[in-house]
Amino acid sequence: MISLQGVTKRFAAITAIRDLSFTVQAGQVFGLIGPDGAGKTTTLRVTSTAMNPTAGRVTVGDIDTVRAPEAVKQLIGYMPQRFALYPDLTVVENLNFFADIFGSPRAQRAELIARLLGFARLTEFQTRLARNLSGGMQKKLALAATLMHRPRVLLLDEPTTGVDPVSRREFWDLLTEIHLQGVTIIITTPYLDEAERCTRVGLMYRGELVACDEPRTLRDGLGATVLEAQSAQALQARHAVEKSEGVLTVSTHGDVLRLLVDRAERAAALQAVWQANGITVGNVRVVRARLEDAFVLMLTRHDKT
Amino acid sequence: MNAIALSTEHISKHFDHFVAVDHVSFSVRRGEIYGLLGPNGAGKTTTIRMLLGLLTPTSGKGAVLGFDIVKQAEAIRQRVGYVSQKFSLYPDLTVAENFNFYGGVYGVSRAALAERRADIFRTIGLSGQDQERVSALAGGSRQRLALACALAHEPELLFLDEPTAGVDPISRRGLWDLLYALAARGASVLVTTHYMDEAENCHRLAFIYRGRLVAEGTPQEMKTQQMVAQVVEIDCEPLDAALTVLRAARWFDEVALYGALIHAIGQNVAEKISPARALLQSKGVAVKSAQVILPSLEDVFIARLRSVDVDDPISE
Repeated sequence: MISLQGVTKRFAAITAIRDLSFTVQAGQVFGLIGPDGAGKTTTLRVTSTAMNPTAGRVTVGDIDTVRAPEAVKQLIGYMPQRFALYPDLTVVENLNFFADIFGSPRAQRAELIARLLGFARLTEFQTRLARNLSGGMQKKLALAATLMHRPRVLLLDEPTTGVDPVSRREFWDLLTEIHLQGVTIIITTPYLDEAERCTRVGLMYRGELVACDEPRTLRDGLGATVLEAQSAQALQARHAVEKSEGVLTVSTHGDVLRLLVDRAERAAALQAVWQANGITVGNVRVVRARLEDAFVLMLTRHDKT
Repeated sequence: MNAIALSTEHISKHFDHFVAVDHVSFSVRRGEIYGLLGPNGAGKTTTIRMLLGLLTPTSGKGAVLGFDIVKQAEAIRQRVGYVSQKFSLYPDLTVAENFNFYGGVYGVSRAALAERRADIFRTIGLSGQDQERVSALAGGSRQRLALACALAHEPELLFLDEPTAGVDPISRRGLWDLLYALAARGASVLVTTHYMDEAENCHRLAFIYRGRLVAEGTPQEMKTQQMVAQVVEIDCEPLDAALTVLRAARWFDEVALYGALIHAIGQNVAEKISPARALLQSKGVAVKSAQVILPSLEDVFIARLRSVDVDDPISE
């Protein structure tokens, strides 16, 4: 449905994305993750026709974004990080305004807006001014406006940043509904637990795609074992084994130590190091890898090469 | 030295008829990183503002570093650091000038400031950026500088109101390493956050909802002892049919799609696995696996909030 081939985008001296290639199949929820400045937003912008790539080719539904931007715009709904709602207009007035922009036929408009309001759980707030909505509700309204012309592809740039966990869950419920209707979605997010909800994830770093696969393949194909252990002296325990053989990364989370090791058998040697240093560490166990483990490990390896 | 850095006893705050904080009691130990989690409007920021003496509680009492939050607010503010959601830095000043300004406000001497600046900037990842103008800094660096400024007077207690909103996972780890180093030296931290992976980093945390403290414990305790949220992960196909069937059965409080997997959340889920398998298979869904997994902190959080709403519906 979406294909990027050798796409580069330069701004003066800065190369925001470099020789980027990937495809998103119809019906996928594709998550773009990566640190600030990795090029996620630029990738969405060149796909949305908001800007042209410096080199390379982007197609949406086999249509070239540079040659036929208008045709591509019919297919896509793009929700930028700062979606411009009109704060002085009510919820329903905002939707009417976007209906005008998208030229949606008058006859079906009332029905369409009623459906979108229901979908976004905003029906009872339709007469509220947009500026008086909570952050989560504003995001849902922006999503409803983006869906006005029934796009086949949705491009969402960090739609849940700054949104509280309850609203975030609700937003994902809406995305699941859209996904099940067959819409293809690309979403960027700084939340790795959200990336777990995508059918496929691309990890971007310094303008390049470092990895691209299903979340569980990334997790299971980590090439490392994740150990957790408990210690009241977690920080000392961490420093004691940071340089030990077979230890790839260590992090502390409260009194929990999380270690990425090359194989589970390292646990005995680690325990010996802690004992020798007089540090009590208990409950050492192998746990399921998270996407964040894969993310940190890949970026660490990438920096070394 | 007192082992408790701050405590509240049935602290409440009413704004007209709105109860923003409702009989909240909790305490933070010295050297502890304590997290307050809750949706927007739950009362987290109001609680912090009362602890700082910026708002007077309607009832209840509290102490911070041994000082009464109503009568000795001045003494508290001298000894704590506070990074609010919109911490103001001076965009026209350099990184070093901002740090020196905040240190100066707290009466830190020039000599001490220079030494601390080098030390804090090194730990926080701002070394070499002393002379950069704040207006030219990226969001993550600004956030780090705000934290550095709040540390200039070596506070014994640090209040952080959503310190890492919009900061990427790698930078977030760096910030947390700094917080752990502070805690190891005996400083305490009270942090509010939306990020569940960040909440996992706290030594202890509390869920705040509709002004009330509805659960408290270590992240591990929250996940293993809050029986309201257990999760079955189901690998099956086709997913849309499976979602529809499981939702219609109403055996679980929530059935959600996680990539190519389904998470069914509820209580006593272990005994629901085989009936769920049978039901799905009878509707033509092929089930490859179904197993109980540890809930995420967010699963626990949302389930707990739902149970509050069930026990005590919001009246209009």
